[in-house]
Amino acid sequence: MKRAQLITGLVLVAAVLVTAVVAVFWTPFDPLRVVAGQRLLAPGWPHVLGTDGFGIDIASRLMVGARTILLVGIISVGVAAVVGVPLGMLAGQAGGWVDEVVMRVSDVVYAFPALLLAMLLAAIYGGSTVTAMVAIGVASIPAFARVARAGALQVMASDFVLAAKSSGTSRWGVARRHVLPNIAPLIGVQASVGFAMAILAEAALSYLGLATPRPNPTWGNMLRDAQNFLFVAPLQALWPGLAIALAVLGFNLLGDGLRDYLDPRLREVP
Amino acid sequence: MSLLEVRDLRVSFGRRRVQAVRGVDFDLDDGQRLGLIGESGSGKTVTALAVMGLLPENATVTGSVRLRGSEIVGAPEVALAQLRGAAVSMVFQEPMTALDPTMRVGRQVAEVLRLHQGEESGPARERVVSMLAEVGLADPVRIADAYPHQLSGGQRQRAILAMALINSPDLVVCDEPTTALDVTVQALVLQKLNEVLTDSGAACLFISHDLAVVSQVCDKVLVMLDGQVVETGTVAELFTNPQHPYTRGLVATARFDQTRPGQRLPTVEDFYAPDTSVGGRP
Repeated sequence: MKRAQLITGLVLVAAVLVTAVVAVFWTPFDPLRVVAGQRLLAPGWPHVLGTDGFGIDIASRLMVGARTILLVGIISVGVAAVVGVPLGMLAGQAGGWVDEVVMRVSDVVYAFPALLLAMLLAAIYGGSTVTAMVAIGVASIPAFARVARAGALQVMASDFVLAAKSSGTSRWGVARRHVLPNIAPLIGVQASVGFAMAILAEAALSYLGLATPRPNPTWGNMLRDAQNFLFVAPLQALWPGLAIALAVLGFNLLGDGLRDYLDPRLREVP
Repeated sequence: MSLLEVRDLRVSFGRRRVQAVRGVDFDLDDGQRLGLIGESGSGKTVTALAVMGLLPENATVTGSVRLRGSEIVGAPEVALAQLRGAAVSMVFQEPMTALDPTMRVGRQVAEVLRLHQGEESGPARERVVSMLAEVGLADPVRIADAYPHQLSGGQRQRAILAMALINSPDLVVCDEPTTALDVTVQALVLQKLNEVLTDSGAACLFISHDLAVVSQVCDKVLVMLDGQVVETGTVAELFTNPQHPYTRGLVATARFDQTRPGQRLPTVEDFYAPDTSVGGRP
């Protein structure tokens, strides 16, 4: 059962990855070229999922959307991990007032939803893929900081850290050689779950027009465009919605599966 | 000048200043082996951690611990890190948790070498493998490449011994190194500890609650009770002529041969009733 979860997650995530990579080199049709004569075609051949209100192939737009969403996911999770993990480790290892300051500031950031932050950034710099990545990244920092801190606290209390100190390892050495490798699985799980969050947030932001601007396709703005034709061509809204749901499900299942797989306490005895 | 001089060492914890060690004095000369014996909570481990400068931040330490004349109490972390692993090292009680599960055993031993001598990986590996062989591990190359979970408790404890001894420190602090091992493995580890200590000429502060184990390794013994040293002497003196009632109880409980079949085994309480009016004991 647990294994089935992990495998389903892996398959879904792999599907998104492969689609995105293929979209870099090839899409069945030009995802930007407007063809007035083929508006709102039903699914069939050669347009497998039909065409949208501008006569553009929906399958091609979905593929390019996967590329965008993956890019946003990777960069925002990367930003969050690169900033959040060292901060969390610092808080967990140093303790005392350093811990208090880092975690209270992180609580303040946590209180701002990514959406609000993105609206703020979009208002200042205009909505773009970069503002979405920054907003989602910054909003995800506290989650990584918390996970890293919790992990660091646990590792710091272990005998092997005391043993490392007793053989002259510096604080920095303990952090790099003992704390980081031991909390790496936790960070991996958080990255996977964070990725699902980022996909959802990106879709919401581009639906609201605060992320990647048109005509570049994202799953979020495809959903918005489909809204205008909801009674004429309801399937149009289904495809990007399904893509978002499956991608989020995939990363969540992967995260859950990884957690179970990596946590020896939850591992079933063979 | 002695290798280690401990003077009026007092350690207390937390805001309530619970005293774990109350005025301990002792000296340790080069190559000497001193046993520190006492029951759980008597301050043995805290004394050892104070010698290493490894007490947690909520501990208040007063008094003096001098290693080759340099003060450990209140010394900056950087200075302590240079001493630890090179001049003084420690063997821990629990072999299951004292090795990092994410690091190969050989690399963990090499790490101690690298920290203090900055050796290149090639010769360091040879040193590590020969050190692992020296502590009695039969297949040192395989063990160097193994992760801790792939080794038995006895193998791990000997790997920890190798870590503690690879830089030939002047002093090795052993905190109940054999308590978690079964009796046969315990005998083997003690024998190896004896051998490597004799070979390197290192002094040893050996902590245990087991008088029999201490008598196998040490020349002199300190008996600790409620954070204070209640008796000092050679192993022979302690066995033949214990002075403090608590020590008499300890010795009696260790001498099964003097109990006739059918007779009730002696307990420490037969000799020493803890005074509940003073101190923190229940």
